[in-house]
Amino acid sequence: MLVIKNLHASVEDKEILKGINLEVKAGEVHAIMGPNGAGKSTLSSVIAGREDYEVTEGEILLEGEELIELAPEERAHKGVFLSFQYPIEIPGVSVTNFMKTAINETRKAQGLEEMPANEMLKMIREKSELLEIDRKFLSRSLNEGFSGGEKKRNEIFQMAMLEPKLAILDETDSGLDIDALRIVANGVNKLKSKDNAVIVITHYQRLLDYIVPDFVHVLHDGKIVKTGGKELALELEEKGYDWIKNEN
Amino acid sequence: MDLKEKLLASFMAFEERVDVQATLHDVRTEALKNFENKGFPTKKEEAWKYTSLNAVLKKDFSVFPKEESAVDFKEVKKYFLNDVDTYKVVFVDGVFSSFLSSTTHDGLDVCLMSSALTKPKYKMIIDTYFNQVASKEESLTSLNTAFAYEGAYINIPKSKVADKPIEIIYFSTGNEAALMVQPRNLIIVGENAHVQITERHQSLNENPVLINSVTEIFAHKRAIVDFYKIQNDVQTTTLIDNTYISQKQESIVSVHTFTFGGNITRNNLNFYHEGERIDSTLKGITIIGDKQHVDHYTLVHHAQPNCESHQNYKGIFGDNATGVFNGKIYVEKEAQKTDAFQQNNNILLSDKATINAKPQLEIFADDVKCSHGCTIGQLDENAMFYMQQRGIPRKEAKALLMYAFTSEVTSSIKIPELKNKIARIIATKLGVNMGFDL
Repeated sequence: MLVIKNLHASVEDKEILKGINLEVKAGEVHAIMGPNGAGKSTLSSVIAGREDYEVTEGEILLEGEELIELAPEERAHKGVFLSFQYPIEIPGVSVTNFMKTAINETRKAQGLEEMPANEMLKMIREKSELLEIDRKFLSRSLNEGFSGGEKKRNEIFQMAMLEPKLAILDETDSGLDIDALRIVANGVNKLKSKDNAVIVITHYQRLLDYIVPDFVHVLHDGKIVKTGGKELALELEEKGYDWIKNEN
Repeated sequence: MDLKEKLLASFMAFEERVDVQATLHDVRTEALKNFENKGFPTKKEEAWKYTSLNAVLKKDFSVFPKEESAVDFKEVKKYFLNDVDTYKVVFVDGVFSSFLSSTTHDGLDVCLMSSALTKPKYKMIIDTYFNQVASKEESLTSLNTAFAYEGAYINIPKSKVADKPIEIIYFSTGNEAALMVQPRNLIIVGENAHVQITERHQSLNENPVLINSVTEIFAHKRAIVDFYKIQNDVQTTTLIDNTYISQKQESIVSVHTFTFGGNITRNNLNFYHEGERIDSTLKGITIIGDKQHVDHYTLVHHAQPNCESHQNYKGIFGDNATGVFNGKIYVEKEAQKTDAFQQNNNILLSDKATINAKPQLEIFADDVKCSHGCTIGQLDENAMFYMQQRGIPRKEAKALLMYAFTSEVTSSIKIPELKNKIARIIATKLGVNMGFDL
């Protein structure tokens, strides 16, 4: 699904990613953990195509296709989804209308007709139930006045609507209480299939109790310094990141 | 002969033609004298520092409209609010078009200024209101007063709620090579009466048009008036809009100004408070590009205690467009407990676009709440990335963001059909089809 080879990226001439190698196969869940400033969010932004970051070396292949030259929306059309740590507020545009625009723009790019209104409504109903989202919530302006938990739940709702091949959850657990965390994780688990893949980026092990990873990677100073199974997350929780820092 | 001389020379012929009574003759003569002394404003005047009429005034405008030019309804249908029943007062090249209008005298007056100015039964009203709130100092207002004859006359009696919105539309056909028109509107809203009014100027081709319009609005005790100005004209039309509003106690008046096109558009919007617990709202959206120029010049004169005013102007400027926002809040010594708020946010889409923003607060009372905020920025790249990540291309994302930017203003439009129309104009202006009514 996703192959990253020797990826180097900088922002304003400061190198943040210093040679990342990662392979994520369809059906897998990968967790990327690491201390603050390790480059976790940079990695997710670079995969999604944020223009502030300059890729200086390496490749990002999605199903064999190079992403680096593509605009963020083109990557989205090919099935890359990024759940934001800090979702943006868009006053005056409802969640429903925002989703309609996003879905129909994606369909347009894929050469499909617009989704019929009744089909769209049915999908919205199903997916909002999955995330235990109140219908009233959907007519509110996107993220405006949403609590931290509502914003994150809305991110996963959008993921459910867009049905991406590769979903990257960037610190989705931050700002969530335990109930919201369970709802969000439950949603992600239900959306998981043998045809898609999930990368969970997190500082803490907590989320991984609910979304169980097949692989855990530890990012430190722009490189993946350790890879293991789900037990690596527990080990990290126990020993702290200093363990990694001291080893390297 | 330049335009000023031409206007002065034509005054006698004008007065002969309109055949008016003696008191009006005095008002006009006085006004003409003021214009003669002051002439057209120049950039040397502080109030016109950023807006020059020089290039416009060089054109050879005809100052008298000819007889009614026929306009096919099909051709102009799109400029009306079609999804809702309205009263209509429509003018073509400054001349009333009975064919396109739908006036009334049934419970409220929605008719013509020329009737009100000439028919004896309106004399008392004209004596009481005409030119009472309009400036006698400002030269362009005086010029309009001197030639005031045609426009909309609206009188909503005490406790009457107008049963449908009123549309005032001025079309210019371009049948004249260059035309100057000077509409004059008088709107009187009685105690406890409510009314919603839209006003639009529209040229139907590219021949230059110069509009010098004056509107006087009188809102009596507890009256509610919502006034919407739609300015989406062609690149060769210059509009100088002078609106003067007098508010009595507890009245609520809002003016929304939507400026999406035109050559030079100058909005002089003046609110005068004559009572306590008055509420005034001034909101605007400006979206212009090319070499268009828009100048919002607002005044709220707080003269009595416990009144509120809310200003919120959003501007988006592309290409070589220039914008001006000059917002003056004047709080007299007596106007304690005034709550005056002014906000002006601007986005510049190009390096060559300019905005000159100037808040002016003159406060002589000591127990007031006055605040103002002004921002000038570019589009938020974080928000752009967020939307692009969801598959929305840059152009559409930009349009959504700009729509979001203006939503504080569109959200308070009280006529749903107008709200949709404005959203559609914005979408067209931004060159996108969002797939839903924004």
